[in-house]
Amino acid sequence: MCSAVRREPDPAEAAATAMARHRHDPHELVQVLIEVQEACGWIPPPAIDCIQARLGLPRARILGVATFYAFLHIFPRGRYRILFSDNITDRMLGSEALLQRLCRSLWVERGRVSEDGLVSVDTTSCTGLCDQGPALLVNGRAMGRLTPARIDEVAEKVREAVPLEDWPAAWFRVDDPVRRRDALLSGTWPPGEALRAGLARGAEALVGEVKASRLRGRGGAGFPTGQKWAACRDAPGRTRYLVCNADEGEPGNFKDRVLLSTAADAVIEGMTLGALATGARRGFLYLRGEYRFLLAHLEDVLARRRAQRLLGESILGHEGFDFDVAIHVGAGAYVCGEESALIESLEGRRGMPRNRPPYPVTQGYLGEPTVVNNVETFASACLVALHGAKWYARLGTPESAGTKLLCVSGDCARPGTYEYPFGVSLREVLSDCGAGEAQAVQVSGPSGATVPAAEFGRRIGFEDLPTAGAVMVFGRERDLFEVARNFVHFFAHESCGFCTPCRVGTSLLRNMMDKLAHGHGSPYDFAEIERLNRLLQVMSHCGLGHSACNPVLGTIAKFRPAYQRRLAHEEFEPAFDLDRALAAARQMTGRDDAAAHVREEEEGTA
Amino acid sequence: MSAPTFLLDGRPVAFAEGQSILQAAVAAGAYIPHLCFHPDFAPHGSCKVCTVRVGGREAAACTTRAVAGAVVESDTPALNDERRALVQMLFVEGNHFCPSCERSGDCKLQATARDLGMTTPHYDHFYPDRPVDASHPELLLDFNRCILCSLCERASREVDRKNAFALSGRGIRTRLIVNSRTGRLADTDVRATDRAVHVCPVGAILPKRRGFATPLGQRTFDLKPISAVADSSAEIEEG
Amino acid sequence: MDAPVRKLRVATTSLAGCFGCHMSLLDLDEGLIGLLERIELDRSPLTDTKEVGECDVGIVEGGVCNAENVEVLREFRRRCKVLVALGACALNGGLPAQRNVLSLPLLLQEVYRAEPGAEHGRIPDDPELPLPLDRVHPLHEVVRIDHFIPGCPPPAEAIGAVLGSLLAGEARPLDPALIHFD
Repeated sequence: MCSAVRREPDPAEAAATAMARHRHDPHELVQVLIEVQEACGWIPPPAIDCIQARLGLPRARILGVATFYAFLHIFPRGRYRILFSDNITDRMLGSEALLQRLCRSLWVERGRVSEDGLVSVDTTSCTGLCDQGPALLVNGRAMGRLTPARIDEVAEKVREAVPLEDWPAAWFRVDDPVRRRDALLSGTWPPGEALRAGLARGAEALVGEVKASRLRGRGGAGFPTGQKWAACRDAPGRTRYLVCNADEGEPGNFKDRVLLSTAADAVIEGMTLGALATGARRGFLYLRGEYRFLLAHLEDVLARRRAQRLLGESILGHEGFDFDVAIHVGAGAYVCGEESALIESLEGRRGMPRNRPPYPVTQGYLGEPTVVNNVETFASACLVALHGAKWYARLGTPESAGTKLLCVSGDCARPGTYEYPFGVSLREVLSDCGAGEAQAVQVSGPSGATVPAAEFGRRIGFEDLPTAGAVMVFGRERDLFEVARNFVHFFAHESCGFCTPCRVGTSLLRNMMDKLAHGHGSPYDFAEIERLNRLLQVMSHCGLGHSACNPVLGTIAKFRPAYQRRLAHEEFEPAFDLDRALAAARQMTGRDDAAAHVREEEEGTA
Repeated sequence: MSAPTFLLDGRPVAFAEGQSILQAAVAAGAYIPHLCFHPDFAPHGSCKVCTVRVGGREAAACTTRAVAGAVVESDTPALNDERRALVQMLFVEGNHFCPSCERSGDCKLQATARDLGMTTPHYDHFYPDRPVDASHPELLLDFNRCILCSLCERASREVDRKNAFALSGRGIRTRLIVNSRTGRLADTDVRATDRAVHVCPVGAILPKRRGFATPLGQRTFDLKPISAVADSSAEIEEG
Repeated sequence: MDAPVRKLRVATTSLAGCFGCHMSLLDLDEGLIGLLERIELDRSPLTDTKEVGECDVGIVEGGVCNAENVEVLREFRRRCKVLVALGACALNGGLPAQRNVLSLPLLLQEVYRAEPGAEHGRIPDDPELPLPLDRVHPLHEVVRIDHFIPGCPPPAEAIGAVLGSLLAGEARPLDPALIHFD
């Protein structure tokens, strides 16, 4: 399905097949485009003709959607499209050298398609394999544990044009190392048991129980789950929807991957409990494109649960309790992790965050009341249904009930998933994962907090360090400026482009960090960065822009010497190398005399 | 019963239930700088130039609902500094070469920049490569000047019923595109009389063969600053 | 009003510009007479002095398009306490920067090789000729600039206002009425 193509498929046919599979519903545009991309390796104009005619959508709108998502292409990108995960943890494991090795080996320039149309090599945002990096995607299929030897083997398969389905399956194996289990991951119950417990309580009591359990959203923001369910249930609407946000795009996070691959039943069961509580009849699981390898497994779980009468009509024989889940796949857009952008994407649009209010609980998918919860939140709701609010609320801390899955990566001996009751200190986590002498930890991801060693006594929880899950460990020798620069590049790449401050500001911030990195920095630039940070924080439309400066603010506050080192000049310097800016002219004229160069400016002569 | 009011820089502004701060301000003839807003269309909230301070935090006035008794700060040095920075971002993001632009003097980006005391684009320029589309017999489409406000997209959809324009790409690569297989304006159903053409606040969509009917220096915002033009949201027609 | 203790020493130059901004300076007309009682010109196209001395104010018209522009601009930055960017090209590259979307090699090919005529299809390599940069830059992308006067050209009154505020020793923001971008 994801393979390099053996024969050219007919684009119109591919589009027709995809549209038929999605009942010719224009809201399914993103899914249709993804399936055409899968079949053809890109989205050729005849496919767009076909979609335009059949779905009755303006061509410009289709193109607008297709060009929004990083994994969709309206120009050919090669039969093999290789994207290296570019999270800082991949970089720390040597991804940059591996990318260069592959480019050299295939005679292809990064970001370009090879002359023969065979292959393109580029980077992409974190693919969620930080516990087994460095990682890449080839035509959307995830490949971890890369080594120079594996890269050479990949190059050979590409050169010989071996179809992707004939590549060794072991290369695509994704492991899910769980290093510590607590209430959620050690809890095993037969599928349906939590649901039966919920039904025994009744919808009304279930909402009350979830409220009383003090379960809060596990995506990081921590909105009380029971309150959200009640608000959706009570909102006026013709129908209600439930969405499981598995668009785990925040770099350094991979717990949703682990949950969906090892505890999918708990996640779907939690969704079904949510449906019972809110009265929703349709649910979506929005799976990030990078996790497409989980799709078949998840479809199997859904099918089995339907057969077990745990999904579908009259669930467990309860007349009127109808609920089913459809999986929607993402296509490379971090911003879709924001709930209103996710809903836009579900509706077949560019994933741009909506103006709020109204919030999704009152006007979400197709304008109807919609609950959007994190994967881990749904799974945790099962524990509340099974064991009751009192039992659950005893876990964790007063502000943060329950347990939290942490995704540990970076400089440590045992990367992987760790489940702790809330309130665990970073020191304990670092000790358990064998971090040794860490100088800092990035908690939650680039939009989270940079915590220096002196603060390792701080605790995971909404009252201190809220987190989506990521714990990226940086050893003594790491340069925290480079960490922040990597994160700033991430935000610039993922800005949706809707609002001015984020669209332009994240790129300006990226350029300023690059300027410092390239040795052109002065105190002027430092002041500019601080000013831009404030602008992003107060003027941006959504959380992406608000938090784009967090890694910079955090590292400036806690690791100022890493920046001071970069301020190589006292006086303002251009962001570019003036002498190099003459290189093209020198080459064209064959000149190399003194006047054909710009001298290095002497400092302090002014 | 009199309409509820909120305070805009200390002056009461009446509003109707459901109006946003900017909608009410524009209706009352009070000026809050803005670029992507037009009273005939649903607020978009993307340019952020209308950001005000209300309830202890910054919020876009065009999408923030007016609330009775709210205290709204708009014309403050801090907010104007931030707005100026946003306008500077728009200047360096595109290629805004005012001396060659037929819209100069009638352009809201330029007028807003002047009003905010902007003397320099300040940031390093992106100098994007955005080829001009001169294919249409009646219209010129100069993407270099587009500020991605989406007013043409909204007007074409809601008034002209044509869907002639849309935004494509993402982030700093966001671009305006037109609705034709060739990607050329000539192959769309856009006409010079369309609302979408006239709603453009800058010189991105211009009628052909109507150059400099009003000399530079005598145009709308040459005569009056945008903050003093009675309806600062109205379309400015050259002539 | 107190007479200034000494005259402000002012240097001016045009880089990748058209001297239109300097013409606008001359448009101060009779205002120039009063101005010349309070300033003295150092290097300037108006004096034909080639070297720039220690100055209070440097006024630079035009963007930075070649190696010589870089040297002159840096010299101005070193010698002048206050540096003023004058006009559209100095502020955003202006007309010369319209080439920035094209690659320099392609541009030189087109001008000197593809078009018959000058230099017999050869790209000039005389060391006397300054080499072009790959892109034209506004002044603030190359050195620190203290004041900006927009316009193509800026109105004479705007130039007068900025010089006036510098003479008065205060940094008054330019009146929006004097801000023009065309």
